[in-house]
Amino acid sequence: MPDSIRLEVTRYRPDTDSEPQRQEYDVPLRKEWTVLDGLNHVKNEVDTTLSFRWSCRMGICGSCGMNVDGEPKLTCATFLTDYAPGPVRVEPLANFPVVRDLVVDLFDFMERLPRVKPWIIRDDDVTEVDGEYLQTPEELDAYKQFSMCINCMLCYSACPVYGLDPTFIGPAAIALAERYDLDSRDHGARERLDVLIEHEGVWGCTFVGECTRVCPKHVDPAGAIQRYKLKAAKESVKAFLLPRGTR
Amino acid sequence: MTEVRTYRRPMSIWWWTKKRSYFVFVMRELSSIFVAWFVVFLLLLVRAVGRGGAAYDDFLDWAASPGIVVLNFIAMGFLLLHTVTWFNLTPQAMAVRVHGRPVPPAVVIASQYVGLVVVSAFVYWLVTR
Amino acid sequence: MSDSLVRAAHDVLIVGGGGAGLRAAIAIAETNPQLDVAVISKVYPMRSHTVSAEGGAAGVIAADDTLDEHIYDTISGSDWLGDQDAIEAFAHEAPRELLQLEHWGCPWSRQPDGHIAVRAFGGMKKMRTWFAADKTGFHMLHTLFQTSLKYNEVTRYDEVFVTRLLVDDGRVHGAVAVGLMTGKIQAVTGKAVILCTGGCGKVFPFTTNANINTGDGMSLAYRAGAPLKDMEFVQYHPTGLPFTGILITEATRAEGGWLLNKDGYRYLQDYDLGKPSPTPELRSMELGPRDRLSQAFVHEVEKGRTSDSPWGPVVHLDLRHLGEQVIDTRLPFVRELCLKYERIDPVHELIPVRPVVHYMMGGVHTDIDGATPVAGLYAAGETACVSINGANRLGSNSLPELLVFGARAGRAAAEYASAARAAPAVIEAQAADEVRRLERDVMGREPGTERISTIRDDMQATMEEAAGIYRTGPAMAKGADALAELQQRLLKAGVADTSRSFNTELTAALELANMLDIGECILRSGLEREESRGAHQRLDFPDRDDRRFLIHHLVHRNPDETPRVAPLPVTITRWPPGERIYGR
Ligand SMILES: Cc1cc2nc3c(=O)[nH]c(=O)nc-3n(C[C@H](O)[C@H](O)[C@H](O)COP(=O)(O)OP(=O)(O)OC[C@H]3O[C@@H](n4cnc5c(N)ncnc54)[C@H](O)[C@@H]3O)c2cc1C
Ligand code: SF4
Ligand code: FES
Repeated sequence: MPDSIRLEVTRYRPDTDSEPQRQEYDVPLRKEWTVLDGLNHVKNEVDTTLSFRWSCRMGICGSCGMNVDGEPKLTCATFLTDYAPGPVRVEPLANFPVVRDLVVDLFDFMERLPRVKPWIIRDDDVTEVDGEYLQTPEELDAYKQFSMCINCMLCYSACPVYGLDPTFIGPAAIALAERYDLDSRDHGARERLDVLIEHEGVWGCTFVGECTRVCPKHVDPAGAIQRYKLKAAKESVKAFLLPRGTR
Repeated sequence: MTEVRTYRRPMSIWWWTKKRSYFVFVMRELSSIFVAWFVVFLLLLVRAVGRGGAAYDDFLDWAASPGIVVLNFIAMGFLLLHTVTWFNLTPQAMAVRVHGRPVPPAVVIASQYVGLVVVSAFVYWLVTR
Repeated sequence: MSDSLVRAAHDVLIVGGGGAGLRAAIAIAETNPQLDVAVISKVYPMRSHTVSAEGGAAGVIAADDTLDEHIYDTISGSDWLGDQDAIEAFAHEAPRELLQLEHWGCPWSRQPDGHIAVRAFGGMKKMRTWFAADKTGFHMLHTLFQTSLKYNEVTRYDEVFVTRLLVDDGRVHGAVAVGLMTGKIQAVTGKAVILCTGGCGKVFPFTTNANINTGDGMSLAYRAGAPLKDMEFVQYHPTGLPFTGILITEATRAEGGWLLNKDGYRYLQDYDLGKPSPTPELRSMELGPRDRLSQAFVHEVEKGRTSDSPWGPVVHLDLRHLGEQVIDTRLPFVRELCLKYERIDPVHELIPVRPVVHYMMGGVHTDIDGATPVAGLYAAGETACVSINGANRLGSNSLPELLVFGARAGRAAAEYASAARAAPAVIEAQAADEVRRLERDVMGREPGTERISTIRDDMQATMEEAAGIYRTGPAMAKGADALAELQQRLLKAGVADTSRSFNTELTAALELANMLDIGECILRSGLEREESRGAHQRLDFPDRDDRRFLIHHLVHRNPDETPRVAPLPVTITRWPPGERIYGR
């Protein structure tokens, strides 16, 4: 195994650069080092001006997503040795505007999240908490997969629909809506549907399926979207066939 | 809102050639055109049958012309692609449950192929009986 | 947007968007919807470190459990240094808070009949730890964050880094902060401020804590005139992965995992922690408290009974006998982490582990409602010290603490803010001062020979040396001198990055300054405490000394910036100090 590997890192400083550039750094190649460890080596020892997000270094906070050799990855869970002998291209997540170096702008997603109402909506208005809402392990299983999303944005970066049309509400947000719809404690499906059948909602998706492939937490957002389409289609057929009151 | 001069990277019109999976996706989308063509072809056949023997013979002659044969071969390929890709995607689009237990994706896919074979056999029987 | 120094004015300003901060925000929105609340966080809220908590959250719910038992376990776990009135309030309110979270959608693991499931945890006599598989903190944080989106009265400032609190005449009026995206330095005022900035594990080299856990809130409070309490108590968790320091949750042992030395022997039986049994026994062996387990490891190293790894001595955690089914349903994340970061499968292999800095028992001194001695300033979560954790926190008590005291601080701050006046004009001048300090003193320094990362490495090495699992007076004194030198060196370290936008070198410099403050407080308090209690073990004073040291330590900052340690009595209600007994 060679003892170093080259990182080709995208740099962009909004105050001085008109467009992103590429800079190369050689970092030690160690068995236990992730791409993030390589970047931190650069930051600490070589070039202190390199900027990127990270925090938990254990694949759970969702901060460190970047495109590694063109694929969206959590850099804290992607090992340098898998790219040996290199070089490794490290770029900001695709499809998002670049703020600085490897940092992208998540404004769109953060602004969109509340629109799918990702919280429990109840018909009854319980304000006093006494006793839990019962939920069997099977009922929990029904939505568990969709509750695993860490908002890492890898799926948005892999989605060509989002790349072409940034108003598309996107995979993770729809998966989250599905997560609450499937929760046995929730009664908000109707309200969420109203949002998701809009133009930028589920119908934007053409089922490329890349979101599911790149998701590090096996959330299967593509599946969530297709199920939503089915639900939306059923609703519109019902709306068409049945008189208002009986719906 | 952000007040920083962020950089929006342009998306090349050739984006779909950059990754195998994107390419397969675009081909799958493209296959719909050929599905449509098969429907048209079938309708033409039905019309020819309805107009009697002479029209039917004309249709067969036309269908045997090299251009149409080549076109149908290509269409056949795309149709297979269409079938296979959609069959593979079905378990994602539909969570099938039997007695409350989720059915494994492989079973969902396999049962579609079984369905395809059954329908094909029925059609074959219908045509050759 | 105008270029004014004051970006916005709110009623309550919460610094920190982790479990404690979000719980406080919702509490305020629910108590008084008229109030205008803001949450400032240096990372997006769902990135906060609460996200990585794995094991669970304690709250009495099982039929055979009682509040008094939870209280007693917590008090004895704290080595009698916890305040008993606070612990009583905590145990009473924890179940309700956890239920509230259930109503907000937290996917708690369940029993077959649909009721909440609970698991065992270290130092707890009954099963009372609620869990969401082994991603409890992740689910709690996302549930809180998503629920908080429902309240329009909550304004969020994401990726905004607070550098200073604005205090005038003993009252807090807001904070100065750098917007990371734009680099703009502006004040945000609040009639009340709640610090919820989490822990400070990054003061040490080997920690389970995330990169953001630099104890900013403790330093902010300290500089604003609020004392820090019980800073000498730093928790080592017995089971971290070597190299990364990633935590392997205590839940592994609650499910029945064993700790083995290099001879395959369950060595804890040699340290007065009970006798080994095939199935887990509560408050015994592997389910003893963390301080005792980490100390046992050090003795094993001394006896030469640990294995060597490239990252120092290790023992092994054995989960093999639990079987794939249990591991996959109860501990899936542990398996994922081992496969990814150690390339081993715990279903078939032993997990190498060693003690790792995990949690700060000390923090900003508050009363039972989160109030600090500075009017209008509150604190909650790991950054605060109420104190329920005393000299040693029990696993799974921190997550419910965030909820109970986050909510309490929120309600108290709301009440204070309803009566308080708007910020006086003088704070503009203070804000201007801070802008000058950051622009001239920090950003403007010529990048010299000193590098921030080198000073940080030196600080971490110093702290490990001086404030490890076992400590001595001379080592702590030496460490304190070394830190003072590092303070001086930091003044010479420049920031090479001249860009305004996302200048992480600037934030690293500010975080390092905060950590140096905290390191100093840890060592000064430690020097004063001439006894061994809980996580503070001194080789030169090996016994607990209730006569002299059944007290908290408050560290105040003198006008000349040196620390001053003062005593504060511990509140005892019904449980007089006794011996800590485990496994007997
Ligand atoms: C790996 C791990 C596992 C754990 N498992 C358990 C467990 O199973 N059970 C249990 O009870 N406890 C557990 N703990 C402890 C518990 O998770 C923490 O004590 C708790 O989550 C801290 O929450 P918090 O809200 O106080 O802070 P955090 O969640 O850390 O949030 C801090 C917030 O403050 C913000 N902030 C900090 N500084 C600034 C600044 N200068 N300007 C602006 N914003 C700032 C951050 O952005 C962040 O939003 C675990 C801890 C770790 C490290
Ligand atoms: S769905 Fe998966 S890829 Fe998308 S944000 Fe969530 S965790 Fe990341
Ligand atoms: S740093 Fe948290 S997911 Fe990678």
